[in-house]
This record gives sequence, C-alpha cells and structure tokens, in this order.
Amino acid sequence: MKPLMLLLFLLANFIRPFFFTCLKKSDVFKLDEAPATEVVMTRDEGLQYYRTMQTMRRMELKADQLYKQKIIRGFCHLYDGQEACAVGIEASIKPTDHLITAYRAHGYTLTRGGTVKEIMAELTGRRGGIAKGKGGSMHMYCKNFYGGNGIVGAQVPLGAGVALACKYKGSDELCVCLYGDGAANQGQIFETYNMAALWKLPVIFICENNRYGMGTSVERAAASTDYFKRGEFIPGLRVDGMDILCVREATRFAAEHCRSGKGPILMELQTYRYHGHSMSDPGVSYRTREEIQEVRSKSDPISLLKDRLLSNNMASVEELKEIDVDVRKEIEDAAQFATTDPEPPLEELCNHIFSNNPPVEVRGTNPWAKLKSVS
Amino acid sequence: MAAAAARLLIRGSHQTLPISSVGTGKQSCIGNALLTLSSGCNSRLKTQRRHAAHFTFQPDPVPTQYGSTQKMNLFQSITSALDNTLASDPTAVIFGEDVAFGGVFRCTVGLRDKYGKDRVFNTPLCEQGIVGFGIGAAVAGATAIAEIQFADYIFPAFDQIVNEAAKYRYRSGNLFDCGNLTIRAPWGCVGHGSLYHSQSPEAFFAHCPGIKIVIPRGPTQAKGLLLSCIADNNPCIFFEPKILYRAAVEQVPVDAYTIPLSQAEVLQEGSDVTLVAWGTQIHVLREVANMAQEKLGVSCEVIDLRTILPWDNETVCKVSGHHSIVSIIVGHFIIGI
Repeated sequence: MKPLMLLLFLLANFIRPFFFTCLKKSDVFKLDEAPATEVVMTRDEGLQYYRTMQTMRRMELKADQLYKQKIIRGFCHLYDGQEACAVGIEASIKPTDHLITAYRAHGYTLTRGGTVKEIMAELTGRRGGIAKGKGGSMHMYCKNFYGGNGIVGAQVPLGAGVALACKYKGSDELCVCLYGDGAANQGQIFETYNMAALWKLPVIFICENNRYGMGTSVERAAASTDYFKRGEFIPGLRVDGMDILCVREATRFAAEHCRSGKGPILMELQTYRYHGHSMSDPGVSYRTREEIQEVRSKSDPISLLKDRLLSNNMASVEELKEIDVDVRKEIEDAAQFATTDPEPPLEELCNHIFSNNPPVEVRGTNPWAKLKSVS
Repeated sequence: MAAAAARLLIRGSHQTLPISSVGTGKQSCIGNALLTLSSGCNSRLKTQRRHAAHFTFQPDPVPTQYGSTQKMNLFQSITSALDNTLASDPTAVIFGEDVAFGGVFRCTVGLRDKYGKDRVFNTPLCEQGIVGFGIGAAVAGATAIAEIQFADYIFPAFDQIVNEAAKYRYRSGNLFDCGNLTIRAPWGCVGHGSLYHSQSPEAFFAHCPGIKIVIPRGPTQAKGLLLSCIADNNPCIFFEPKILYRAAVEQVPVDAYTIPLSQAEVLQEGSDVTLVAWGTQIHVLREVANMAQEKLGVSCEVIDLRTILPWDNETVCKVSGHHSIVSIIVGHFIIGI
C-alpha cells in the first residue's frame, strides 16, 4: 500500500519529494504498530510548514513586544518553541475536523483558520479581533476550533463531547483534544478517558508536554511522567514534538486509528516553550537559561525544518529569506491594525450573556445603571 | 467607582427598608438622586481609558493590645499568621499549588525552609483533590491549611466543600468533623484579571450551612481573622483580596492574635444610611462616606461584615434600625444574600 501511494504521489506531483527518516521513533503503548518513520515531504509542503511556523513565531514575539509596551494587557501565554505541534497536527487533520485546546492557543487559532490580524487585534482587545475584542489571549475561537479555554483541564471533557457529536452524526470527523502536562493531573481528564474509551469516541487526546506546569517540573508534579500511558486502557504514542514531520506522521496515524472506529488514542508531544508560563513569568526561576539555550540551539522546530529544506536542496537560502521578509511584513501590518483599530463600543459590553429574543436589561455597577444585553 | 457608589445614596431618606428589598420601593427618589449626580459622571462612563486602581487603601489604626507591631502588607501578614500557626501547632500543614517556593502571591515565602518540606508542600494541579485531601487530613487530626491558587479555580472543589466538608459533622452525628480545615484563596477583581483571575465566589458558598466564609479588608484584619479561622472548629474559607496584597500596608502585630468571627465591625457611625460591604469595597465605601458627607450632607454608617457566613445580622440590623441599608457587593449578584 505504501509503495503504491508513494508512486502515485510522485506521479501526481512531479516535484522533488524527499524521503525523510524521523529523528526519533515514537514510543508506543498498547499498540501493535507505530507511526511511519520514513516519510515524504514535498517542497511545497515544506515551504508551507516553514511559512506557517515562522508566522507563528514572529506573531508570538510581536505579542511579547506589544505586551511589554502595555498595548496588550491581562494574561498572555506564548507558544514560541511549540510551533511544530500546531502545524504538524493541522497537516494531518482536515478542516472539517474539530480541535480544542487550553489557554496557549494563539498557534492553534492561526492553523485553524484565524488570520494574524484577527489574532493580534483580539490580543489588544479591539473590535476587529477574532472574538470581537471580548475574549483576549485565552479566548480565541473560529470554525471547528473551540478555543481557547482558561480553566486547566476543563476543555478535555468538552472535546470528548464534540467527538460524541461527530460519532452521533455519522460523519468521519474527529476531535483533537489538547491539554498540557500540568492538566494531566486533573481529575476530569481521567473521567474523560473513561467515557471516550467506553463509547469509542473519535477523539485524539494530545498532551503537549513542555516539561513545566507553570513553574513546576513534571517530576515534581506527576507520579508517572509517561503521559502517553496515563490513559491506561487507551493506546498511546510518545512523539518528538519539536520535529514537525514526527508530529505530522503521528497525527496521521492517530487520525486513521480514530476514523477506523477503534476509539480514542492518546498522544504525548514532547515539546518546549521558550517563554515563561505567561508574560508575568520570566521563565528562569525554575529552569536554567542554559537549558533554554540548549533547546533553542539543538531542537528549535523552525531551524530543524530549515536545515532539512536547505541540506536537501528543497529550497534556497534566498527563498527562505524572502518568506521571512514576507512574514515580517504581515506581522507588522497586523500589529499596526491591532494598535489602531478601535475598541469595541460600550453598548456591546453586556451582549451575548444569554441568548434572548428581546434585549434583556443587565444590572451595571449599581442597581440603577442598566445596561442592555442584545443577543 | 467611588462616584458610582455615591449615586446609591438616598438623599435624606429616613424610611426603613427591609434588608431584602434594597433597590425596590423607593426607586423614584433614588432615581432623582441618581439624575442629579450622574450628569457629572457621564464623562467617566463614556471614556474607555483604563484608570488606575479605583480606590485608596485606608489603613487601620495601629493596634496596641497585641504587643509589638511591624510594617507588613497583606501577603506578609498572611505569612506571619501561617508562621505563628506552624510554630505553635505541630499538626499544622500547608499545601496547595506552588506554595513551596512561596506561592504566586508570596504568601508562603520562607515557610518551607523554616518548617520543613513535610509541612509545607506542593500539590499537583487538582483543586478537587486538594480540598478532598484537606478534608481527610483535617478529619484525621491535622490542622490543614489548603490553598486554592485563585478563587476562580475553586469550582472543581465545590462538591467537596459543599457536600463533604460542610456536612461532615452533621451527617456523622458529631462523631467526625473537618473543623481543622481552612481553605485560603486570592479573591476579587484586580483590573487585569478578566474572567478567570478576578472572581468573587463567596455568594455561591454563602447559602451552605456548615462552612464559614471570611473576607478581610486589610493586613491587621487578615492576620487576626485567618488565625481565628484556623482555630475555629468549623471548615472555613478565607478569601484574600488580591488587589490588596501589595497595596495594603499597615502596622501588624508580630505575635498571634485573633479577631472574632461572625462579628461585623462598625467603622464609622452615621445617622442617615448604612453601607455594608467587605474586602476591597470597604475602602471605596469609606471614600464614598466622606464624599457623601461633604457634598450631600449625608451621614453614612460604614460596616465591614468581615464574616459573610454566618453573618452578624444583629449588628447590621441594630445600628440600621432607623435608616435604609445599602449593600455593596463586588461579586456575582443576581439575587442578594
């Protein structure tokens, strides 16, 4: 089956596809097979992944800058370092599939269809934002992307519910349900594992293990750091989350598993975040600068992809530089929009609390200051 | 915010209003007062610029009856209370997310080094587990002080608090109880907290017999009230106004002392209207009371409820027998307590 597919691939593309061996073989748990380690990536795919990851990286760094200038306020959890996870997952699921994650959501908002402009405007709380300026960093949503959730672990049962709906409707859609190493110790995760396995829901649980739950390293928080085995009766995979092709293949494998009706599957992506937990965390009180530097120099997802593209002559330095310049411009434009777009009008403050036909009156800061809620 | 609160004042009203019907009945004269005051405040409503903290912390006078005092802010006074507890009670343990290094608000700084890692320890990220574990530890005889990192995260533990902790003594016919349990959580709005770092959930718990809910207005109060909660034989939830952690600085006694629970404090006597609140809002109300006196000639009584459940209705009703009561609530409010 595989050689035939490759042949068709080659015939269809007439482009220089390349065979790659993933740097790390995925660990498996209660599975007879593992994701492919010999994979194909076309030039087009490579450039597209590079562009998306670079856009994500620059967007997060821009958000960092804007936060320090106090243009973005509140809470801001940045995703830089983990780009391979978001882009790799999206590469193997369909736009009709569903995805839900926690608060480190900027990357997924981008891969699921949000534009950089909308995302940055949401960060600055303007009306052009993807949640109309009312959600902020942690609450971004778009079609088939259910956020963007602040309470740790609360999104996991939600994701299983979405998967149930997919199964019930009889479509071959699945739900990718993400959480972190900190959330893996929440009770509701285990409740969800049970329901998903019992009813064979098409859900891919993905634990983005970036080694630290806020400031607590995984060894100090978890009795078992083999997060991919925590599902016990759910098969699991442990994947190198810094290598986009590993993530892509593992997700492809997992998606096939779900779509063939075998029920849920659990993936642990071993990844790393360069920034602290949020913008109020310097990120160096619980880990050393040397550790961060080491990951940056040896396992940076964008550098890994770039090396692959260059060393296999799939792209030239100039081409990649051009993409960089393009991306930089896109981010600058988006930042410009995000700083100049007006804030949502005061009339919208109380809208959409309920769903109601006639507008409802809402109490303001005192019983005689009435605000209106339109929905 | 102070201006908004001022608009609540009823000009010269000397009628009695039952507590439960604030906002009903006398709306026309309230409305008039609102209109006369609100014209000057429209600009504040329309502007979308964020102002600095909307209140000024008003420190309590230095207490003289508890021994020597030291300048402390709110989180330091909490640390002091916990320090006193760990020193005097060998069964006391403190646990929660990130408490070992000192906590995200520095309330437990230095305690692990001083008392050991078996007495001050981190839990994984599981609120339901933390409170359930705390109930068990308390039942077995330890003085359990559990920290929930933000009051917004207390909801997974709601079942444990309401169904397990609150009802333990009753359902076991006084054979068992978890009175040794105290739950602490940072509480209330802070300006940039948004949905999940700003909540004031005391109203959800206020209808649950069996637990006590306490909210201090400043460091001196906080230390005394926290020590009372720890000593109290009922499970207590102690909400700490996070906006005051650094902003509130007072001279706080170094030694242990207690402030009685279920006793409201009359901070300022007045004859026209009573203002009741707790936590951060007390400082807003003090400003409002001054503004009302200066600008409207209204004499306001300011009462700090301190213990939300069981609340001191005797003090509140007794002093307000002659005039209307306005209760300023910071948190979720659709139906009053």
